[in-house]
Amino acid sequence: MHNTRQIVAFVAVLTIVVALVLSLLATGLKPIHDRNEAIYNKKAILSAIESNLDAKASDLSDEQVQQIFSEKIEQVVVDMQGNVIEGTLAEDIDMAKERKKPEAERKLPVYIYDGPNGKFYIVAVRGSGLWDEIWGSIALESDFSTIAGAAFDHVAETPGLGAEIKDNPKFHEQFVGKELYDDKGNYVSVDVKKGGIKNPEHEVDAISGATITSDGVSEMLYRGIKYYEPYFEKIKN
Amino acid sequence: MAETIAKKPEAKEREPLFGPKEKKLLTDPLNDNNPITVQVLGICSALAVTTLVYPSVIMSIAVVFVTAFSSLFTSLLRKSIPKQVRMIVQLVIIATLVTIVEQVLKALNFEVYKQLSVFIGLIITNCIVMGRLEAFSMANRPWRSFLDGIGNGLGYGAILIIVAVLRELFGKGSLFAGSPLAIQIIGPSSDYILDTSAISWLGWYQNNNLMVLSGAAMFIIGVLIWVHRTWNPKLVDVS
Repeated sequence: MHNTRQIVAFVAVLTIVVALVLSLLATGLKPIHDRNEAIYNKKAILSAIESNLDAKASDLSDEQVQQIFSEKIEQVVVDMQGNVIEGTLAEDIDMAKERKKPEAERKLPVYIYDGPNGKFYIVAVRGSGLWDEIWGSIALESDFSTIAGAAFDHVAETPGLGAEIKDNPKFHEQFVGKELYDDKGNYVSVDVKKGGIKNPEHEVDAISGATITSDGVSEMLYRGIKYYEPYFEKIKN
Repeated sequence: MAETIAKKPEAKEREPLFGPKEKKLLTDPLNDNNPITVQVLGICSALAVTTLVYPSVIMSIAVVFVTAFSSLFTSLLRKSIPKQVRMIVQLVIIATLVTIVEQVLKALNFEVYKQLSVFIGLIITNCIVMGRLEAFSMANRPWRSFLDGIGNGLGYGAILIIVAVLRELFGKGSLFAGSPLAIQIIGPSSDYILDTSAISWLGWYQNNNLMVLSGAAMFIIGVLIWVHRTWNPKLVDVS
């Protein structure tokens, strides 16, 4: 039989050994984890302009992703008034944290891709799906109205339904060529519509069975891209 | 002659490293004592991660690793683990191994790590792991416990992969999506090997969205249990 002192000693030794092993492992792998995460996020951004790249974003190697980012992408951070904030990189902006701040104080990341087909402005949007947050990268052409591509991701939408915003390429492919502004120059954004498109310039087909996620995407696009309006106005003038 | 006869029983006393008993430890959980279809353990993750084959394979490898090494370490420590705290000690061992798996996977394949998300962490609560520690490793030698752990991990993984193949094939029309081996097998466009829109009598075919939802996994596992029992009648009297 074991007495209390032996039990305490056993558990203490075990805990110390385990803690030591795990902390060594975590510290040792931390740089690789950070690198992987950065590349994962960069791939998500590149998939918005996939049609202008040589390969699909998911097929790019880590080095290619880094190369595109260092050679062809300019990272800009803007505030809600459209002023460029110097000295910060867009990749350092954590959209989840920004979303919790009051609207006027938020910082917005912009990735400017300068490729053979002209400049594309990739903006970040974030909103709510059915279960948790959803977000996306939207690439705009230099008229700031035509969408050149879109990519979405989510925390916990239902596989086969809401998760199709990420998994089903047919959903985000629909966004290519849509217009944010109508003929009169009013901001209308792009609506994810159930039951048939009436206005092909500003609407895309929703995912059947995923009404709340689809509405979440509509809302996120409408509100999220509008934040960038002051910045676009400044560039245009 | 006399010498050789005398030596034989001595050699027999030493247990072989991999005899019929050890083989049974590996094969039993694959059939007669399958953790999922016979003991109905580890159902939670079997329902959740089996939408695609590739993450299921990774998940199976992770579970084999955890069951094997937690059995090994528990068995090594079995004489010194105080009875009063043995469950929590087992849990510490399992949790340590699961954390190692999680950290390594995050470094090796970030995309699969993202896909499996919480389910790697939830291996800790997988009843198969702790069940084997309590039922087997606490009373057996390290080598045999290690084999028992591998066997049970494989038994779990085999069912996981069968379910995932059915779900991915009929739900998405592909196999191994997300891995370098990805192939598109059946679907209504020319991207797939079997293009159903080009074959007139198969024009009705569509990927079954139900297969992607966890409900389908429950039906498939139910049918697998049924098939398994019909094929192996001695299971019918077990429970």
